[in-house]
Amino acid sequence: MQPRDVDESFLALPLSALTEAALTRAVDLGCEHADLRVERIRTQSITLRDARLEALADGEDLGLAVRVVHEGTWGFAAGVVLTAAEAVRLAEQAVAVAKVSAAVASDRVELAPEPPHEGSWVSAYDVDPFEVPDAEKTALLTEWSERLLAADGVEHVQSGCTHVKEQKYYADTSGTRTRQQRVRIHPVFDALTVDRTTGAFESMRTLAPPVGRGWEFVTGGHWDWDGELAELPELLREKTKAPSVEPGRYDLVVDPSNLWLTIHESVGHATELDRALGYEAAYAGTSFATVDKLGSLQYGSPLMHVTGDRTVDHGLSTIGWDDEGVEAQRWDIVRDGVLVGYQVDRNTARLGGMARSNGCAFADSPRHVPVQRMANVSLQPHPDGPDLAGLIGGVERGIYVVGDKSWSIDMQRYNFQFTGQRFHRIEGGRLAGQLRDVAYQATTTDFWGSMRAVGGPSTYRLGGAFNCGKAQPGQVAPVSHGCPAALFEGVSILNTVQEGGR
Amino acid sequence: MSRLTAQQLVEEVLAASTADGCVAYVVESTEANLRWASNSLTTNGAMRSRQVVVVSFVDGGAGMAAGTVARTGTPDVTALVAASEQAARDAGPAEDAVPLLSEPPAGAGDWDADPAETSIEVFAEFAPALGEAFGGARDRGDLLFGYAEHSLTTTYLGTSTGLRLRHDQPSGRVELNGKSTDFSRSVWAGVGTRDFRDVSVPDLAADVERKLGWSQRRVDLPAGRYETLLPPSAVSDLMLYAYWTMEARDADEGRNVFARPGGGNRIGDRLAQLPLTLRSDPAEPGLEAAAFQVVGSSSAAASVFDNGMATPAVDWIRDGVLTNLVRPRAWALKTTAPAVAAVDNLVLEAPDTTATQDEMVAATDRGLLLTTLWYIREVDPQTLLLTGLTRDGVFLVEGGEVTGAVNNFRWNESPVDLLGRISQAGRTERTLPREWNDWFTRAAMPPVRVPDFNMSSVSPAS
Repeated sequence: MQPRDVDESFLALPLSALTEAALTRAVDLGCEHADLRVERIRTQSITLRDARLEALADGEDLGLAVRVVHEGTWGFAAGVVLTAAEAVRLAEQAVAVAKVSAAVASDRVELAPEPPHEGSWVSAYDVDPFEVPDAEKTALLTEWSERLLAADGVEHVQSGCTHVKEQKYYADTSGTRTRQQRVRIHPVFDALTVDRTTGAFESMRTLAPPVGRGWEFVTGGHWDWDGELAELPELLREKTKAPSVEPGRYDLVVDPSNLWLTIHESVGHATELDRALGYEAAYAGTSFATVDKLGSLQYGSPLMHVTGDRTVDHGLSTIGWDDEGVEAQRWDIVRDGVLVGYQVDRNTARLGGMARSNGCAFADSPRHVPVQRMANVSLQPHPDGPDLAGLIGGVERGIYVVGDKSWSIDMQRYNFQFTGQRFHRIEGGRLAGQLRDVAYQATTTDFWGSMRAVGGPSTYRLGGAFNCGKAQPGQVAPVSHGCPAALFEGVSILNTVQEGGR
Repeated sequence: MSRLTAQQLVEEVLAASTADGCVAYVVESTEANLRWASNSLTTNGAMRSRQVVVVSFVDGGAGMAAGTVARTGTPDVTALVAASEQAARDAGPAEDAVPLLSEPPAGAGDWDADPAETSIEVFAEFAPALGEAFGGARDRGDLLFGYAEHSLTTTYLGTSTGLRLRHDQPSGRVELNGKSTDFSRSVWAGVGTRDFRDVSVPDLAADVERKLGWSQRRVDLPAGRYETLLPPSAVSDLMLYAYWTMEARDADEGRNVFARPGGGNRIGDRLAQLPLTLRSDPAEPGLEAAAFQVVGSSSAAASVFDNGMATPAVDWIRDGVLTNLVRPRAWALKTTAPAVAAVDNLVLEAPDTTATQDEMVAATDRGLLLTTLWYIREVDPQTLLLTGLTRDGVFLVEGGEVTGAVNNFRWNESPVDLLGRISQAGRTERTLPREWNDWFTRAAMPPVRVPDFNMSSVSPAS
């Protein structure tokens, strides 16, 4: 297949003229650095309620932004009119904003150096979801929803698909000029059952993750949709009849469909250098993994090897260059259980004493300033690790945790609580039916320290989310996390009904 | 530079429409923000944007269908209208179809006037005052972190049935977080505002300084149930979650906490022992919000067919009894119940109470005084059990006085269950939800006393 290029309709925007206008004006006004971003983000969200189309919303966000460093202070301005005159106005406004800020800014912004880059990059996908007729997409989602709704015991089905095409042009005063395009998709089917007499209700959702692929994720054999839709009603029925969990300590085999989110919250966010330095202190929070502990903090068991990358195919955080013109990279964050790396952007790289940024700057729209956002942070499988049956076989009394649901973690990334789509009892190394009302609660380093076995490559999956939140004004970022299944010893299990005081 | 005004864009879209019905709206927005950390400004910005949304309605014979297309800037009107009409033709009949509204609601605004705007100049007095607060913190060896934002959105909504409605929405928020230099002590103050003229940086800084002072003595307490005073911000974050769950259709279908076992919903049930009222009002002084609906995408909470529907004052809970749930017109017709729209503000109040938070502290023998709640997520929709953390100040109250700062906790509680256990509510005041202020800044809440708040485990975070 021919390598794809960025869509002609995006390249036809007056990118060179905007660059010339904005960067020239910024340099004339004395900026030591200036960059221009032009972005077009197309988002379509199709939602169905009980197999009937509830909403089809198609949005496109097109705009431009100028960011400057003026006498050591940031300035940022954004607009939606793609003319040279507006680009000049934005450069002037960004400088004006920098001047207002300068009076109360004492930190001097300096960017870690990055060689200039020139090029195009397009993510790995086959079928642009925006080239598939809406009627065809809706028809398929409707048919699959009807299939679920027809199953015994399924009273309601909430389903839908969100897909995004992101196009980005970046230019800066060091000479970098990059053009990028990436596509992502997330289909979801959630089956709900209601017991009318008791008023009890319970739901279960497909485990299919959001991925950096096109419409082929729905039609092309990348996920066993038929299998998952077929087994969901019976799994849901079993869950409603399952016994409520006895709280206490259990060994957990955590499936990658659940573990990705625990990695995201307890490792991904905790190893963002801007958090560790306090830049998110009033909002997203700080981190227990402070800079003084780099190279010495025992994050988890020696089996723990976590990498950051912006390079893996189909990863939601995968790019060619970041929003500061830094080339995509891959590096270690935790090795042999010890903290060895952070995720940084160009300013925090310099603050952290690093020679180069590892390329984690991202802005979620043309309206927002780039901030340090998450790479694909992934737990590596053990090359000789067991398969899933092997992991479960090693547990005498425990719980196998599948699918993510509720999540919450504190502002320093110590104390977390997660639920899941389903919890299977393990007895004598075998699955022995589902449990209800389960949540697991732990402190990050205790949890990762209790990791007794890491699954082999056969258990490795990429999970992720479209909606990771950070920064003020709030921004959302898509990110993937790869992980194997893994075994954790003696984790605290709560009964959520008892927690509710019932 | 000449470009179409928002009103011209709406008229051009409606004129170009060949559908059976059309709703067009343009949102003009301007925003300015400042962010700071460790007594120094960090990022900032000034943004201008315009969103153009077209909803087309097409009757393909089996019923009316809807399609929505949204673009930024000044898009090609012909292409935009054609795309939304194609989306409607592809959609199939909508379950929420009802005739479009033609009766203008009260408070339709001045259609012809230019959009309202803000700029970085809104901080002309705020920024120097913040600089002074940084100086004060530096002198005391404290660090200040936080964020200030002001935005103005003007919405022009036109329909093929003749409505021409306009609304200006100013929104603003300030958060001030104070820490000791080793980050071991951390406190917060925040406020919502329409125009920053009522924001006093010295008052916020004094609040932070007072709470940092309370934090000098550290007390470690285990998990457990505690008598707890929740300040207005914490109450707002919990009540907002309950408010966002108040969808009549979900309740009627047996799938949220407001469902009645056996069928129907819990309207008429007593939720609170105290005569508390939870309400919204677009004309609430200081919390003014749009008096009509603007909907780009249908859900259980709102329908594109209801664009332009009046959103009058509504009591969700009156004197402790569940009174209303959010109900689009189509579901209202189906269930012969009134159509009720959500409003972008929320007020909780108890009649005849005058107690301030300080007076409630003075009347407490032993208990916890919280500052804010954080990372609130739904654990069990059946009971609306939520989990979250305490953040930036858990204070021990003994003998009517704050005697120290306690470690943080993870809590598990349902706001609906809590309503039934609130034993005292103080005087309602404007507040800023800590967790949800990215989406919601217009709230007024009382401080409340809960005799047995469930602190599930200790969080070592500060």
